[in-house]
Amino acid sequence: MNPLLVLLRRELALAWGRGGGPLPALAFYAGVTTLVPLAVGPEPDRLAVIAPGIAWLALALASLLSLERLFERDFEDGALDLLALGEPGLEAVCAVKALAQWLATGLPLAFAAPIAALMLGAPVAIAPIVLLCALVGGLAFAFVGGMGAALTLGSRRGGVLIAVIVLPLFAPPVIFGGGALAQAASVTGGTSGLLLLCGWAAAAVALSPLAMAAACRNALD
Amino acid sequence: MISGLLVEDLAIRRGERLLFEHLSFRASAGEAIALIGRNGAGKTSLLRAVAGLLRPAAGTVRFEGAEDAADARSRDLHLIGHHDGLKGGRTAREELAFAASWSGGDEAGLARAAEALDLGRLLDLEVRKLSAGQRRRVGLARLVAAPRALWLLDEPLAPLDSVWRERIGGLLKDHLAGGGMLLAAVHDPLPVPARAVEIGA
Repeated sequence: MNPLLVLLRRELALAWGRGGGPLPALAFYAGVTTLVPLAVGPEPDRLAVIAPGIAWLALALASLLSLERLFERDFEDGALDLLALGEPGLEAVCAVKALAQWLATGLPLAFAAPIAALMLGAPVAIAPIVLLCALVGGLAFAFVGGMGAALTLGSRRGGVLIAVIVLPLFAPPVIFGGGALAQAASVTGGTSGLLLLCGWAAAAVALSPLAMAAACRNALD
Repeated sequence: MISGLLVEDLAIRRGERLLFEHLSFRASAGEAIALIGRNGAGKTSLLRAVAGLLRPAAGTVRFEGAEDAADARSRDLHLIGHHDGLKGGRTAREELAFAASWSGGDEAGLARAAEALDLGRLLDLEVRKLSAGQRRRVGLARLVAAPRALWLLDEPLAPLDSVWRERIGGLLKDHLAGGGMLLAAVHDPLPVPARAVEIGA
């Protein structure tokens, strides 16, 4: 069997093994989106306007949650040595780990996003575009977040540091996704926001493994 | 397969501290080298530098019979350090199967490893339930499951009892007899004839 497939299976098994896979991130997501009406008031008109944006922003925050352990555990127990010495190379290892992160938490969160948006009163017609943005954006969040996780290897309080490093890098996809949602809600329509988000996700998937691998090598050295 | 390891004029620096410099030695097929030296002399760092995980301050590590050092490192060597990379919450079988297939081993290799290290009863236990010695045996099983020419071992025998030290000695002998090489950081003598290289003397 291809070693990268073996690694992907192991990463998914470990994601479920360490604290219930996507459940904590989903609970966080549900919590944040439930707090919004309490903070801004329950008027349906007001909520319906901000619902897709809130669902989208909360998704970006929830994607940060389980990043801390993405490389940290393998780094501490020596498994990263074994992975770094493997034939596929550290770049491929990092890409597989980020992909597993997306499969384990990004995908479930993406399916929760339209539900949250509808619960907050967004029109039903906008649900598909929320799901699409969440799927594509979640992939970008996992890969960019992986860079933050690799850069903070070996530091104490890595989780907070990851958020500080990664949140500014989340700005472009959040803007593009927000634009896509606004276009979907407007009468004129348009797909430029979604296309930009797809482009940004493709760039993140292609480039961030290089940065992740360099950061891991630096931590191992 | 690589047929020799050549370390030339190697120096390793950790932060501001120079651990050692001008270290040169050669290991050819069938040869074992015992790295000796005080705690903190740089034995582990040397092993990591040979594996390519650590950039030496000066000098080179070359693998005879290999075109490219990176290829040789990913195909022809095993590094087993203090940290075995085994996840406490998974079973020994899952962890060994992953380590072996990641290193290019197959089912037959796994069976051979379980037999050689007598892991039969341990494989279904979670790794965190194993004793230090049992855990080391699971870690070392990768050596048998996925045969590779150069073994880099850091204190391989430390947690093992006398019976197992002897049995691992048998494994090392077989490995060397088959043209393998061994580079081990040790405080106690290796159970096989080995040339001693002192680090940080």
